[in-house]
Amino acid sequence: MKKLLLAVLFAPLGAHAAETGYDLERAPIRANDLVSLQAGARTFVNYCLNCHGAQYMRYNRLTDLGLTESQIRDNLMLAADKVGETMKASMSVKDGKAWFGVPPPDLSVIARSRGADWLYTYLRTFYRDPKTPNGWNNVVFPNVAMPHALWTLQGERRLEIVPRADSAGHVAVEYKWSRLSEGSQSAVEYDRTVRDLVNFLVYVGEPSASSRIRIGVVVLFVLGLLFVLAYAMKREYWKDVKH
Amino acid sequence: MASRLMALWEWFDSRMPSVAIETRKHLTEYYAPKNFNFWYYFGSLAMLVLVIQIISGIFLTMHYKPDATLAFGSVEYIMRDVPGGWLIRYIHSTGGSAFFLVVYLHMFRSLLYGSHKAPRELVWIFGVLIYLTLMGEAFFGYLLPWGQMSYWGAQVIVNLFAVIPFIGPDLALWIRGDYVVSDATLTRFFALHVIALPLVLLGLLVAHILALHDVGSNNPDGIEIKKRKDASGKPLDGIPFHPYYTVKDIVGAVVFLAVFCVVLFFMPELGGYFLEHNNFIPADSLKTPEHIAPLWFFTPYYSILRAVPPLFNSQFPGVLAMGLAVLILFFLPWLDRSPVKSIRYRGRYYKIALATFVVAFVLLGYLGLKPTTLWGQFGFDAFFLDTREIATWVARVATVLYFLFFILMPWYSARDEVKPVPDRVTS
Repeated sequence: MKKLLLAVLFAPLGAHAAETGYDLERAPIRANDLVSLQAGARTFVNYCLNCHGAQYMRYNRLTDLGLTESQIRDNLMLAADKVGETMKASMSVKDGKAWFGVPPPDLSVIARSRGADWLYTYLRTFYRDPKTPNGWNNVVFPNVAMPHALWTLQGERRLEIVPRADSAGHVAVEYKWSRLSEGSQSAVEYDRTVRDLVNFLVYVGEPSASSRIRIGVVVLFVLGLLFVLAYAMKREYWKDVKH
Repeated sequence: MASRLMALWEWFDSRMPSVAIETRKHLTEYYAPKNFNFWYYFGSLAMLVLVIQIISGIFLTMHYKPDATLAFGSVEYIMRDVPGGWLIRYIHSTGGSAFFLVVYLHMFRSLLYGSHKAPRELVWIFGVLIYLTLMGEAFFGYLLPWGQMSYWGAQVIVNLFAVIPFIGPDLALWIRGDYVVSDATLTRFFALHVIALPLVLLGLLVAHILALHDVGSNNPDGIEIKKRKDASGKPLDGIPFHPYYTVKDIVGAVVFLAVFCVVLFFMPELGGYFLEHNNFIPADSLKTPEHIAPLWFFTPYYSILRAVPPLFNSQFPGVLAMGLAVLILFFLPWLDRSPVKSIRYRGRYYKIALATFVVAFVLLGYLGLKPTTLWGQFGFDAFFLDTREIATWVARVATVLYFLFFILMPWYSARDEVKPVPDRVTS
């Protein structure tokens, strides 16, 4: 019974599934991996920040990632003057709407609405599609307005979706990827780049997450002590209550 | 020093004796049954959560902007730039769900031990009024972060009022203050959430406790401890609320806070139950989310709403059923005709009915979180099948069971085979 309750209770924990039925891959991210977070920040400002902003995130908050303010200023502030500014997109919302049909969404909390696994899979499943306006399509977000911003790294790929019936007669689809051109990174390197970027987006979604967990451990420890004291006090008072 | 303090107290007491009188009446000389068990923690815990919500809410209002263009951003500002802001916000968001969890368990306690039965009908009625107010408070508060779920959840719920015959459309317009949920809606919901309903809640809480202390607390045996008193007039099975239950409730509060903090610090979204993923997308009046589900504490009623089929193309029957599902709670003290209060001495009928009710309620809650396509469709057609969705039919059965628990109660509670109730509390 307890197991059933737990199963029901946590059923939607894996709720970040792609609507298309494409299996999401687990993003191999680690919140305390500062090297990965810094690499993700670099990819973010170089490849994402032109069109997408993270308008609630301040540059100087990136000191969380083990960077000094001067390092942030020299390496990451390509489109801002003051280190206290928020990470605004270089492109205006109006231009974005004119060029892509929809304004590129702000990425401050994108990891909290989409989930890390969705982002990790999405950024690795673009393919060439001559039928779309910008020549790109995506498996987990069909007909997405965004072209493959990281294509110079990953290269171009093609996708064939083949319906196939198994021996029991269930129809499943098979995804057949083929390569059209090489990118500047190998498949392994590209996966790592995306992992770092997703790691960074998860951090940007909730910069206080690591201090939240740190403080939580202390708070629970204090509550544990308080429990011992409170329980001892209750026992002492209740000695004279006869049952 | 001590004598100085005593003198000061006597000076105060001679001018305002009610402080000492009320303290005696409600704490040191309020005799509570000595056999309270686990279920009796949730009353004091509900009060604790109310205090937590009011205090964290005050700090949130210092930084939150009730303005459709600024609201979403101000919440993120609280989460990032306000020192400790994330903590205050998570305390408030976790507290909202914790409030309902505690209140549901508190209400279930009443069904277990018959705390709603005479002479405590007024205590129960004030309690149901608190529950109703809390629902309003949660609904108004949920719009404030101005995310997609906030926006569309409010849109859906306000539209429920629009299906009421004759006055519906005007009523919905009056509630919204606009033709769609908009800035006008946000600002009025803010006013209702931060001042109007909290005031009502506090007033009702005072009434709930005064009514309780006038008749005295029930207990797991459902025995009136006031019937057996010692020579000095104190109930034989009673102990003063303070210090005995204050020290006991502190233990309960610490355990509760530990659970609360596990959620707050390690899983503040609780997998999308306490903070929905889609609510991290700013409200967009042009983009309707595919699946709009209210937060978990509303889903049993939401399920009832969806389960009832429309009549003459009107959704009113569903809305009516949903309203009745809550309002029927008011009549519980008079529907329950059992000669005994506690489940310990009730017979098989009530136990079966209560177990069925709990299963139906939890099932409705679960189904309300999911799309109705959850369990697929029946593979056949029949004349009575207006929909072939299995989950919808399960919800219909559960809805009927929910109502039968109350409607049949006068019959099964009176005919139940009850056991003899002892004179004194057992343990």
